[in-house]
Amino acid sequence: MSVATEFTKGFIRENPLFRLVLGMCPALAVTTMAINGVAMGLAATAVLVGSNLVISILRRFIPSQVRIPVFIVVIASFVTIIDMVMAGYFYELHKVLGLFIPLIVVNCIILGRAEAFASRNPILLSLADGLGMGLGFTLALVILGSVREILGSGTIFGVSIFASGFEPAVIMLLPPGAFLALGLLLGLMNKLTKAEET
Amino acid sequence: MGEFFIILISAVLVNNFVLARFLGICPFLGVSKKTDTALGMGMAVIFVMTLASIFTNLIHNLVLIPYHLEFLQIVTFILVIASLVQLVETVLRKLSPALYHALGIYLPLITTNCAILGLALLNVIKQYDLTRCIVFGLGAGLGFTLALLIMSGIRERLQFADVPKPLRGVPITLIVAGLLSMAFMGFSGLVKM
Repeated sequence: MSVATEFTKGFIRENPLFRLVLGMCPALAVTTMAINGVAMGLAATAVLVGSNLVISILRRFIPSQVRIPVFIVVIASFVTIIDMVMAGYFYELHKVLGLFIPLIVVNCIILGRAEAFASRNPILLSLADGLGMGLGFTLALVILGSVREILGSGTIFGVSIFASGFEPAVIMLLPPGAFLALGLLLGLMNKLTKAEET
Repeated sequence: MGEFFIILISAVLVNNFVLARFLGICPFLGVSKKTDTALGMGMAVIFVMTLASIFTNLIHNLVLIPYHLEFLQIVTFILVIASLVQLVETVLRKLSPALYHALGIYLPLITTNCAILGLALLNVIKQYDLTRCIVFGLGAGLGFTLALLIMSGIRERLQFADVPKPLRGVPITLIVAGLLSMAFMGFSGLVKM
């Protein structure tokens, strides 16, 4: 249980999206472009680090019967802060992500980490856990966003990568494309990790 | 009257909460294995959604706006929803223990069902009055239940299908949801909003 292992487990081994299949709603909704994935992921990371920190500090003072409401209030406060900061400094991104910034409150990853990790581990480990999980989530969102952006508009981070003959598949930008892309990516992850184990 | 009908149709079919707005994916994937649990979950969600729609609207208009507390919106809404879910859970345990056990873990999870909080926030964004909130909440719940029921029907048959190994479980469910969402796209244009 070193800081380094807690930090790195979120990237691949316990990746919240690809392995634990948590946080599906924002992952499907905002990933029409890779840059949205970065923004959404970093917003969630900020909330996750903040809530993990506060809950870890308070873990001896929170009565276990009311811990879930306490966690939710802590998380909701951080989400409100992030929501306002983004509305103030990154107005365009905030408009694109829209509803899904306030909805970080009900993202299972955040509450899951609070319950499973931060409420029973010391501060430094909880920080590492929050940061690692958040960055792992960001990584997954960027991968999904890149796949959809490349296939759906022929660009990545807004840079065109195909010659003019490429006809983008608009379906990838629409809701069905999100489900299909994530389904196939998860399948691919399963295939690759199985091959590793055997 | 016509406008209420449009809100309802739009929430159920055109902008279906699960398949077009991506709200409530977790219970959609979690509880859609059997038709009867899907129906029970759907009913619970319709009930909580309509109630949440009413209460959040009242609190927003009667408490938050007059006292300039809009910045507490997220915290207030999530607490209202959590208390409502607790209430539904208690009532259900008394009235229908069988259903209570069937829904198991997913009933408390309605709290973290983003469809409910999303609905409350959408009501504010769309500036609906109380009646429109009720209609929208009802429509959203019905749309969620419809998607959940269709999905559970497909998944019951999917158990007998020969799915490639890496795609078993969540991946194939997501692909099915993708095809379902494609089918629902056929409704777009039905209502111009």
